[in-house]
Amino acid sequence: MEFPSMSRRSFVKTTGALSALAVAGATATAAGSLIEATPALADEATSPETDRFVWSQCNVNCGGRCIFKWHVRDGKIDYMLTDDIGNADFQARACLRGRTMRQWVNHPDRLQYPMKRTGPRGTGKYERISWDEAVQTIADKLKYTIEKYGNDSIYINYATGMYSATGRTTERLMNCLGGYLPMYGDYSTGMHQYVMPFMYGVGTSPYENISASSVDQAGKADLVIMFGNSPAETRMGGANVVWDYARAFEEGPEVIQIDYRMNEDCSGTVDEWLPIRTGTDAALVAGVAHELIKNDWVDLDFLHRYCQGYDEETMPASAKGQNKSYYDYIMGAGYDHIEKTPEWAAEITLVPAAKIRELAKKIHEATNTFVVQGWGLQRHSNGESATRAVCMLALLTGNLGREGTNSGMREAEPPGAPVGSIPSSDKDPNGVPMNMVKAKISCYSWLKCVAEGSNFQKELDAADELALFMGAQDPEAAAAAAAIEAPKNGIKFLWNYAGNCISNQHGDVNLVYETLSDEGKCEFIVVVDTFMTDSAKYADILLPDAMRAEQLNMSTNGYSEYYWGVTVGGPAQEPPFECRPIYDVFADIADKFGKKDLFTAGKTQDEWIKQLYEAGAAVDPLLPSWDQILAQGVYKRELPTAIAFQKNIADPVANPWKTPSGKIEIYSEALDHLAATRTLSEGQVIAPIPLFDPGVEGFGAVTEEFPLYMSGWHDKARTHSSFGALEVLREYNRHRLWINPVDANPRGIKDGDKVRVTSPAGTVVIEAHVTSKIVPSVIAMPQGFWHEANMQGDKVDTGGCINTLTTYVPSPLAHGNGPSNSIIAQVKKA
Amino acid sequence: MAQFGFYYDNTRCTGCKTCVMACKDYYDSSIPVAYRKVFDVEGGTWKEEENGAYSTDAFMYHISLACNHCDDPACVKMCPTTAMHKDAADGIVKVDVNKCIGCGYCVMACPYDAPKVDRERGHAVKCEACWERLEAGELPVCVSSCPLRALDAGDIDELKQKYQGTQQIHPMPDASITEPNIVIKPSAAAELAYANTATVTNPKEV
Repeated sequence: MEFPSMSRRSFVKTTGALSALAVAGATATAAGSLIEATPALADEATSPETDRFVWSQCNVNCGGRCIFKWHVRDGKIDYMLTDDIGNADFQARACLRGRTMRQWVNHPDRLQYPMKRTGPRGTGKYERISWDEAVQTIADKLKYTIEKYGNDSIYINYATGMYSATGRTTERLMNCLGGYLPMYGDYSTGMHQYVMPFMYGVGTSPYENISASSVDQAGKADLVIMFGNSPAETRMGGANVVWDYARAFEEGPEVIQIDYRMNEDCSGTVDEWLPIRTGTDAALVAGVAHELIKNDWVDLDFLHRYCQGYDEETMPASAKGQNKSYYDYIMGAGYDHIEKTPEWAAEITLVPAAKIRELAKKIHEATNTFVVQGWGLQRHSNGESATRAVCMLALLTGNLGREGTNSGMREAEPPGAPVGSIPSSDKDPNGVPMNMVKAKISCYSWLKCVAEGSNFQKELDAADELALFMGAQDPEAAAAAAAIEAPKNGIKFLWNYAGNCISNQHGDVNLVYETLSDEGKCEFIVVVDTFMTDSAKYADILLPDAMRAEQLNMSTNGYSEYYWGVTVGGPAQEPPFECRPIYDVFADIADKFGKKDLFTAGKTQDEWIKQLYEAGAAVDPLLPSWDQILAQGVYKRELPTAIAFQKNIADPVANPWKTPSGKIEIYSEALDHLAATRTLSEGQVIAPIPLFDPGVEGFGAVTEEFPLYMSGWHDKARTHSSFGALEVLREYNRHRLWINPVDANPRGIKDGDKVRVTSPAGTVVIEAHVTSKIVPSVIAMPQGFWHEANMQGDKVDTGGCINTLTTYVPSPLAHGNGPSNSIIAQVKKA
Repeated sequence: MAQFGFYYDNTRCTGCKTCVMACKDYYDSSIPVAYRKVFDVEGGTWKEEENGAYSTDAFMYHISLACNHCDDPACVKMCPTTAMHKDAADGIVKVDVNKCIGCGYCVMACPYDAPKVDRERGHAVKCEACWERLEAGELPVCVSSCPLRALDAGDIDELKQKYQGTQQIHPMPDASITEPNIVIKPSAAAELAYANTATVTNPKEV
């Protein structure tokens, strides 16, 4: 968007701040920093003593890393500009959250000093201690825990509140001390990332551009079908997915948004939203599949050539003649023996049968259909089936491997980033060794591991199970999987750096409180953060982190932003009070073990950044030199388009899928084997084909006491729980429970009323938003709001944390957080 | 520039409020004060269908509005001290803080609710189109912040040449009252809203 020519008056009265607008570079002045030696780039009109710009990036976990251009006056950040470099269409502009980062950095509630706990865990009572005492206490507890319980009892909790090249060093510290209990998976895509390899092969991941197409391909489609995908609330930055879709949609494809609520990507549209009951997407797909089959609209050549298990013709020998194909499931000859007619699907999904037929017809008539899903759908108790089911719409109609199509997975992500991070171990034999611990657990299983202690059973990840099943196809992977052990004593020491997954972002906050209250189970918890989050309230020692704006920061394109880039800059201001960079704190802890030089490799954090940058520049000659990146702050370039499985489709013999059969496995023998051998909780299903399974607290689970389905979503007021302390975001994005008038009216609930939401796990008090933007029978509220309850009293959460309402039942295949969006509940006027 | 104006692409806007927060940060305005606001508008009903299914004609859209620097500004006409004035050079409606007594008549007069009285500062405050930035050849902060590139600003005649659009979408006040200098590209939902009952559903956020 170009700015029209304007008459310009000369600058008569300029303030320092305004005259500094023309400055392109940023320099830091911290004494002794690497940056000091670089040429200053201050514009003549700027007084570097008072006004300067400093480049940095947003460090939270939305998937993007929008670019900040801090304006600093007299050593203090006073406002923010964003990426304003070059082509306006290729600027990583910060979203509303990023634009409030100054208020986070300069917030009066920032943690200021190291503290130790003085009240019961989870109640937030602390007193100030010195850094010396904090470091010594942590070192003593580490020594005690290693000696008494072993390194496999020390767990580093999943945490994503801070991304930076030097941000994650807990693993490195622990590898200096003999290792730690590692985790697998993540809270974003757990179910999806562990089941998709069974269908699309080993290596399939939500974080690459082989198995999914980039968003620009949606612009080349006639029809785009989005399942629960709302980048307008999740990936909001100016170089992020929301902008990519906005441009793709302006190229003219018809767009259908399948979601239980009218998400912000539907803004301004008419007839785009196809409302569906939460957790029933796989039933909709089955209804569409029935219509495609009945009308002979399936691409049989495609299905027979590239896929296993659509119909009897391509079933593996072990499953032939047993009515176990996808076709037999849909047409009622196998599994539950129900024909999946649109009428059957309508009852489950709330989508009228005529609409289901219309959707099938649209896919049939389109030349290219781009099928894509967000990650909320797989964060259901039935997510492992549902996430594969969505892909069936692409496979049944052969919409794969060419322009304007996609695999049904979420849009492609960039293939990494131009620079790396401080490694958790070194290649140098005299450096930090690899983790020696042979056990591992799912990121969501840590609470179970704490509770069960030495009774906790070995918990392979599904990729290991697949490797064991494939055996001879990759003997190395199979041997590695066979060597995995169970942790011997559960979790006795918990590290939590910059994350809120102890309670707020985990499942069942009340169960967390109950489990961690027993100090004989997990004996010691260290939390490092910038605010008193709900997770921080469980810390035995709580440390105040410095913000990345207060350090030299290097970061890259985010994992969801489809470009290639790196930003180096800072500090914009000094850390306040006794806040310290975590790198320096860990060096001090390592020092107590005589391992400081091993941990640091003799380098300061700033020296690491220079080395990491130069290592990246050595393999990517297009990157500017170190001196040049310090001067310009930001480097970006566009990435080539990606088409899901293009090579495999073009030549499947030369490029087979890395599945046991070498084909796309609609029917998976490996999953069938796991279904027969795994012990599952009541209501849990592992199925060899992508069928509709209601799941735990899914369709049909509502009761008289809890008659409504409930889900959560990622809204614009925060990134997960990050930014949750900021009043301005809360005031301009009120936390509200969405309820359809069909459900609100009989309960006498009016828009703006305070309501009590109760599930089998707990109670939340929140404001009601009576709205047509949500499907009847489902209520929903954004996730990430901060838990606020008297845990020694009634435990009623007035902060509105959705995990007060979720139950803790790890998913059947991935042991992931499937219950996040599978809740049954009741709502009443408070 | 004879007359400043804004362009707003209602088809692109996702109601993200980045424009609101960027402006608030730049001007360090207190929490309740915002020079630009985003109104959430929604409407539609639900109907039960066969097999217990439902259909709906629900729709929603957003309206991002700052001051429209009107040709006939109600705030200027109502101001008892002449503090609120229209700059002859660029048509931007500004507050002379030395004259303003903070009476709030401008707040009551403006049909767009654009001016506010900042109690801490003791005078009216409003969008003045980032006129210092304009003079330095920069766009207003809200425009250059928009992740959807849904905003533009400049000479209103040039904006009208560059973009097709209208001066109002539902439920904005009738443009004939103050003659706002804004070009809006209406979304399909906003056009539909004229024939529907659509309401602002976030009154506490604007």
